Amino acid sequence: MYKIESKNVNLHYGTFHALKGINMSIEKNTVTALIGPSGCGKSTFLRLFNRMNDLIDGVKIEGECLIDGKDIYSKSIKIDELRKRVGMVFQKPNPFPKTIFENVAYGLRVNGITHKNFIEERVEICLKQAALWDEVKDKLKKSAMALSGGQQQRLCIARALAIEPSVLLMDEPASALDPISTAKIEELIYQLKELYTIIIVTHNMQQAGRVSDSTAFFYLGELVEFDSTKKIFTNPSEVRTQNYITGRFG
Amino acid sequence: MQIKAAFDDAAFINLIKPLHLSVIKKIINKTIEGLLMLSSTITTLTVLLIVLFLFKEGLSVFKESPLEGENVIVLSNQNKITHLSSIDIKKIFDQETTNWKLIGGANDSILLFTINDLSNYFSEEELGPNFEFLPQKMDSLIEANPGMIAIFSKKYLDKNHKSKIASIDNISPKSFLLGKEWFPTASPAVQLGVLPLILGTLYVSIVAILIALPIGLATAIYIAEVANPRIRAIYKPVIELLAGIPSVVYGFFGLIVIVPLIQKIFDLPVGETGLAGAIILAIMALPTIITVTEDALRNTPRSMKEASLALGATQWQTIYKVVIPYSASGISAAAILGIGRAIGETMAVLMVTGNAAVMPHSLLEPLRTIPATIAAELGEAPANGIHYKALFGLGCILFIITMFINIWVEAISKKRIKH
Ligand SMILES: Nc1ncnc2c1ncn2[C@@H]1O[C@H](COP(=O)(O)OP(=O)(O)OP(=O)(O)O)[C@@H](O)[C@H]1O
Ligand SMILES: [Mg+2]
Repeated sequence: MYKIESKNVNLHYGTFHALKGINMSIEKNTVTALIGPSGCGKSTFLRLFNRMNDLIDGVKIEGECLIDGKDIYSKSIKIDELRKRVGMVFQKPNPFPKTIFENVAYGLRVNGITHKNFIEERVEICLKQAALWDEVKDKLKKSAMALSGGQQQRLCIARALAIEPSVLLMDEPASALDPISTAKIEELIYQLKELYTIIIVTHNMQQAGRVSDSTAFFYLGELVEFDSTKKIFTNPSEVRTQNYITGRFG
Repeated sequence: MQIKAAFDDAAFINLIKPLHLSVIKKIINKTIEGLLMLSSTITTLTVLLIVLFLFKEGLSVFKESPLEGENVIVLSNQNKITHLSSIDIKKIFDQETTNWKLIGGANDSILLFTINDLSNYFSEEELGPNFEFLPQKMDSLIEANPGMIAIFSKKYLDKNHKSKIASIDNISPKSFLLGKEWFPTASPAVQLGVLPLILGTLYVSIVAILIALPIGLATAIYIAEVANPRIRAIYKPVIELLAGIPSVVYGFFGLIVIVPLIQKIFDLPVGETGLAGAIILAIMALPTIITVTEDALRNTPRSMKEASLALGATQWQTIYKVVIPYSASGISAAAILGIGRAIGETMAVLMVTGNAAVMPHSLLEPLRTIPATIAAELGEAPANGIHYKALFGLGCILFIITMFINIWVEAISKKRIKH
């Protein structure tokens, strides 16, 4: 069984047809990169899986989105339960104006967890997983806003990991970061793959090549090609894919 | 040669033109800058002058004697008492205090004497056809009676009087602030204790804000976070309209609807109570509180809310864990503005609180606020008289209260931002 599947998904923002009949199946514990020119629908597609698009007025979604074989848009699904299983890291680091500790603990607290030792343990584990522990272990009670952009983004990753989701959605997580922070995050993604199924949106072809197992190329709301990253970058079946990854348009 | 001259000319013109323009621009900029500075300076100075004037007038009440008109209080030299406070005088003439020992004198009962009692002691012949013997007669009468206290106009005082003039304490800041009696036109001595008015103001405002803040916060949250755009489009303008209703209209509404309702519900002799004032003030403060709070809530970045929701928080968890803390300073600002409106509000409160200047014991009794007192009494207080100055003193107190609240809430909101 596939971890994540979309079956003939169409999405409209009002009258604008943003996703056109998308079919995609993603294996467990893999990294899938979504690439394509700006406005082609990568973020929209990503946000399908934690139902973030529901927040926008006038969105209409057709087709089926499955996680572990279950339709996440069916009436029996509770959205907040779904979002606990599907974590998300946003393009711009968006820590809460709270302490570093409270940022990571947030997901646990809203889950009703109050056990102090357990929370402390989780915070430490997640900060270590996000390769941030050494930098912040002495200032957990300091405001998260005082961290650098790259540290903030790793904090957001730690925050997403705290509730142990099984899927991690990352929307251009390194686009605002310097090369060193970017390398750290890529390294992190590589390690997290063992525990999570990851979908990552990126504009950086090298990055997609380095971190992902499969790559999906979107163009104007269509899924043009979806295959193993190796195949997409060495021998794509579609001319449009070829043109895009070689930088001929986009 | 000619060509060179023409060239020089052109160069000269080229040089002069931008110079010219930039000078004009500079002058315009300087003028605008000057005007802006002037207007802000004038505004600041005006505010300072108003405050200065308020305090100058208000503080001058402490230089006044509470004794009415040109009167003097005269005692026998055998009486140990030499000076009296306004509350002593009131109690003596109200016959509450009937023995000198109660105010530190000898054990001797107090005998009141005013000019009206003259005929009890003297016949018309004794006083002479033109009352020319009156001062001297009164003087010896008072001197002979150690228990007697007499009050009369200075002009009846004998030039060589043997009896002593009691010195009357000026209004002291302590008796002004802590005095429990407000009878600014009482005779023979005015009573200027503003404590009932201060407490009345605080009670009504605090209860008003306790009513208005939760309702306002709930409404603002509903409008900003829950309601769909169509409902928001109806509610917002309606609430903003509330802010534009003149306060007399609120007072009128309170008088006709709320006052009878309170009277009925609590089975009171009168419905004009502190509670009626608090409810009206709460309604009046609501639009401000809602609008300011809603703006603050809406200022929460979308990314913060998305971050919370993406972690599996429910909408309500997101509201109270992210949105409200994020807008804490805005909500505090809303509370300040609401309290400010409540404390300074005059007309509506004047109409529904019953205006009894007594120490408020419960909100179900009539009471009176500082602004209502100033508004009701300033018209009848003779300019520069003691009553008039006392009202300015009240203005100072109101100013200090509002300033204190401002500083306090400011400090709270600053503290919360740091976290
Ligand atoms: N809230 C919205 N309302 C209406 N249209 C939207 C909304 N969000 C996105 N769109 C449109 O949907 C299309 C896809 O947007 P999306 O954000 O998914 O693109 P993207 O591939 O992530 O682009 P980028 O690389 O610039 O982030 C765009 O044409 C965009 O204009
Ligand atoms: Mg995007």
